[in-house]
Amino acid sequence: MFAIHAEKLSKEYRIGQLAGGYDTLRESINRGVSRLTHRAPAVSGETVWALKDVSFEVEQGEVLGLIGRNGAGKTTLMRLLGRITEPTSGYADIRGRVGSLLEVGTGFHPELTGRENIFLNAAILGMRRSDVTRRFDDIVEFAEVQKFLDTPVKRYSSGMYVRLAFSVAAHLEPEILLVDEVLAVGDAEFQKRCLGRMESLGRSGRTVIFISHNMPLVARLCSRLVLLEGGELIADGPTEEVIGRYLVSQSGSSAVRTWTAEDAPGTDSVRLRAARVVGETEATTEVVDVSETAGIEIEFEVLREGPEFVPWIDLYNEAGTLVFSALDNDAAWREPRRPGRYATTAWIPPHLLNEGSIVVSLSLKTFAPGRKPIRQAEFDSALAFQVVDRGEAGSSSRGDFAGRMAGTVRPLLRWTTRTEAADGLLVRHDRG
Amino acid sequence: MDPQIEVLDLGASRLFRVKPGRPSFAAEVAEVWAYRELLFFLVWRDVKLRYKQTVLGALWAILQPFVAMVIFTIIFHRFAGIKAEYHVPYPLFAFAGMLPWLYFASCLTQSSTSIVGNSALVTKVFFPRLIIPLASVVGPLIDFFLAFVVLVGMFLWYGRIPHWHVIVTPFFLALALLTALGVGLWLSALNVRYRDVPYVIPFLTQIWFFATPVVYGLESVPLKWRSIMALNPMTGVIDGFRWAVLGRGVPHYHVFAISAVVSILITISGLWYFKRVERHFADVI
Repeated sequence: MFAIHAEKLSKEYRIGQLAGGYDTLRESINRGVSRLTHRAPAVSGETVWALKDVSFEVEQGEVLGLIGRNGAGKTTLMRLLGRITEPTSGYADIRGRVGSLLEVGTGFHPELTGRENIFLNAAILGMRRSDVTRRFDDIVEFAEVQKFLDTPVKRYSSGMYVRLAFSVAAHLEPEILLVDEVLAVGDAEFQKRCLGRMESLGRSGRTVIFISHNMPLVARLCSRLVLLEGGELIADGPTEEVIGRYLVSQSGSSAVRTWTAEDAPGTDSVRLRAARVVGETEATTEVVDVSETAGIEIEFEVLREGPEFVPWIDLYNEAGTLVFSALDNDAAWREPRRPGRYATTAWIPPHLLNEGSIVVSLSLKTFAPGRKPIRQAEFDSALAFQVVDRGEAGSSSRGDFAGRMAGTVRPLLRWTTRTEAADGLLVRHDRG
Repeated sequence: MDPQIEVLDLGASRLFRVKPGRPSFAAEVAEVWAYRELLFFLVWRDVKLRYKQTVLGALWAILQPFVAMVIFTIIFHRFAGIKAEYHVPYPLFAFAGMLPWLYFASCLTQSSTSIVGNSALVTKVFFPRLIIPLASVVGPLIDFFLAFVVLVGMFLWYGRIPHWHVIVTPFFLALALLTALGVGLWLSALNVRYRDVPYVIPFLTQIWFFATPVVYGLESVPLKWRSIMALNPMTGVIDGFRWAVLGRGVPHYHVFAISAVVSILITISGLWYFKRVERHFADVI
């Protein structure tokens, strides 16, 4: 049974409206006068479609991710589903009460105490007072603000403020919960509990729609994604596929690239012809798990016997940091290659790359003694793929920690411990 | 699985369609009713904040009409020679007029900026927008009741007993609320688009004050002008409130009737305008 069924939902804005366009009385009068006298043209009719013909269906209990660039229409869609604003055309059928959490702490007042704000916020989110009373202790416990209940929230730390706000919303238990990227705030420990809460809501039959830019988080939480671009729905399907589409739209690169004989980068001795990202089974993939092996396959064509050609890859992360460079160090290729087509794959071991998107630049180089290597054929940002960590808890270096592990790499280390335990039982522990 | 969360049976939930166009008026009323607790909490918040952040707190509610009464008595009664009506001393007459007037004036100030002042809510969550101006005409009732206690004290001071028709006082209070709501709906909705409104309010309140028999009585107005003055619904509210509370005197029924009709018209038109523009609030604000 569907929880949401949207049919050609569209929303049009006048350009002025987006720029916070309220008028002064004078402007309106001027406009009215000019319209009467037919002298000046009417208001600029420039409009923009924030959302255009978006149709999709969400099943009950589904946790759906909504992704897309800034300005793609994600927030507009949430606002339509949350009845904050109405569509210009199209419709959406919604089964059950909708709780929108587009911002943490909507309606919180800094002068009111934590206790007072819980009741106020809950009422704003459409929760009955009797429900709040019943859940009050859970809310306070979840937010860990017991000691500060009677302190005005303006004295709260930002972490406490966010925890309290999320806690109220998380205990709202509407049939459908719309969550904007509010989880990006708060400490890792709290984020973990928020995620757990959202997963439980999904399992109990509640539908969650989650907007986020954070691909690793989306991959972990949602099994299905909807991708918006320029107000249009351009992909709707399993998480891996849609993340791939997102990468293409984001970086202009995807997990596969081919070149025709005409546009192939290179010289008259060697040319790049194709490249792709593959998984362990050598099937093309856009999404690689942290604990899996990934391969970068380069196909090139040697046109005539000449110097040596060594395949070279550079991997960059989202921040543009070079994660590593590597070259095919097989001694066999330090000699001239015979003309023909070659397909070389660089295998990246598991537990090396951190979560996030990776962009790959390719080249074929010639090493002349005593000189800088000569790039014979190269292509920047040729490929892109996404590294995710959706393995069972404990299978990666994250263990059962749900927060984001910072850093450029994600090695799975062997940890050993020596203790001098009082009972003398455990003297050495080596998990490896 | 979190044992706290009850398993949901969505089949029992109602289906709602998000679509362009206005919901029916009946649906809107049902929605306001469903969100009545929010109305309570918004009123509670405004009142609480006012008393939390001011030194004199509730005392302001009493001080304001009281000081006004003293000044009016000296200037308008002693110096300008304006007479009280309904056979009561002028201070009582002035105070009884100030109560509904101050209620109305504070409703105007609060309701006109109410939607814009709550823009954080309007752009982030759904609830019937009508609740906002509604809350800003309910909140000032608290001040009204506090000042009403002083009025009772003044009755005791002057050793007077109210007439039986004091029982119709709630009717005139309701008329004051209806008028304030009607004007508040217009102003709050207009303010979303035209931010001139807050500048107009002090000006509007002042003119309106002198157009309403607060410092003077309706008897001092020539007969033929009374019906015209009654087009200002506050004329009927204040004259009626005085008649009900102070007792003894001839009620101006036609004034009450005209004012009541105008008040209802303002409210209906206010609802119409508010409903017409409310769906764009979140886009324009």
